[in-house]
Amino acid sequence: MNTTTIKLKVNGRERAVTVDPRTLLVQVIREHLGLTGTHVGCDTAQCGCCTVHLDGRAVKSCSMLALQAQGADVTTIEGISSGDQLHPMQEAFRECHGLQCGYCTPGMVMSAIQLLKHYPKPTDEQIREGLEGNICRCTGYENIVRSVQHAAEAASN
Amino acid sequence: MYTFEYQRPQSISDAVAAFDGEAKFLAGGQSLVQAMRLRLANVPLLIDLGGIPQLRQISIKADKVVIGAMTRHAEVAHSVEVRNAIPALADLAEGIGDQMVRNMGTLGGSLANADPAACYPAAVLGLGASIQTDRRSIPADDFFLGLYETLLEPGELIVSVSFPRVERAGYVKFKHPASRFAVVGAFVSKTSGRVRVAITGAKACVFRATAIEQALEADFRPEAAAAVEIGLEDIVSDMNAGAEYRAALISVIASRAVAKALKQGRRA
Repeated sequence: MNTTTIKLKVNGRERAVTVDPRTLLVQVIREHLGLTGTHVGCDTAQCGCCTVHLDGRAVKSCSMLALQAQGADVTTIEGISSGDQLHPMQEAFRECHGLQCGYCTPGMVMSAIQLLKHYPKPTDEQIREGLEGNICRCTGYENIVRSVQHAAEAASN
Repeated sequence: MYTFEYQRPQSISDAVAAFDGEAKFLAGGQSLVQAMRLRLANVPLLIDLGGIPQLRQISIKADKVVIGAMTRHAEVAHSVEVRNAIPALADLAEGIGDQMVRNMGTLGGSLANADPAACYPAAVLGLGASIQTDRRSIPADDFFLGLYETLLEPGELIVSVSFPRVERAGYVKFKHPASRFAVVGAFVSKTSGRVRVAITGAKACVFRATAIEQALEADFRPEAAAAVEIGLEDIVSDMNAGAEYRAALISVIASRAVAKALKQGRRA
């Protein structure tokens, strides 16, 4: 079998994985590195459950080959908290009950962090549009929007 | 996914030299990687353009905006300079896909793929841009040939696109709510009395709605565009919309693009 070695930084640690070149970034994250907070929710790159940060930009890890991430700095949901200290976005989702089953939540959180970078004081409309790439089957998005507003307000204080 | 050989050249000339007749260039991968996952594409050699810095640029000149082929949609959308020079182009980039797709997807990838419902082809045709490849400059009017078909030769690499600065332009897209592709998208531009109207999503590839262009050259108002009746010839009928509905949408969306163009200040 054809394999290749990919070196990348994941949650601040230098990692090296030897994989079939066809391996997607999400597979490296979940199966080779054991970081299963990032989820696979669809076959069509629509659901956003697989969202991680690549060099500070939110990307769908199911839509890229791990090879495209070589030399890059990847942050997953596991990497945004520090010890027991939740990231403010996670805190907001907890406070505002922005989840039910939790399957879309890591992707929502990673995506929402990206959203606030460009729109630090978003309207509800901007939140709904900004999170277009993340699908939730449980909540109807109401508390997700509240969570992101809560995080935006906390950040501006 | 079918197996493939992989190369990641560091320069444009290395990328062109790596092409062997069967290869495909990998830009953002938002279309290609998905096609490969679903086994709709069988790519024996994948040439990753991600390591070539010369392909990423945004350059504002007095009469044009030059954007490198590997520039991500998000970079164009968030560029203050592009927004000042050609606001409709920044608007268009901001509306592509979702924010994750915009962080990876590229101008060159969008044009080379030439999806019939993609947004960038409408900007290229609607502004009369020129596509600079490794071997020639191709005017927009010659570039788009048919379904996923462009004038590019095998192995020809898009390096950058030069968008002329215009007096006014506007882009409106009637989005499919799930895929966010254009059921119909209209890019309208006006400069020196001449109007271009590029429509995406309605036929096998982007095209100019010349009847609407003529109406707008006589009278650049939304009502003039809305009044034009588009014929059904070659209009796509699919599960998203029948041909009659699409044809009707073309005039409506074009008129909204005119309204948007009028709302902006004159740019040139």
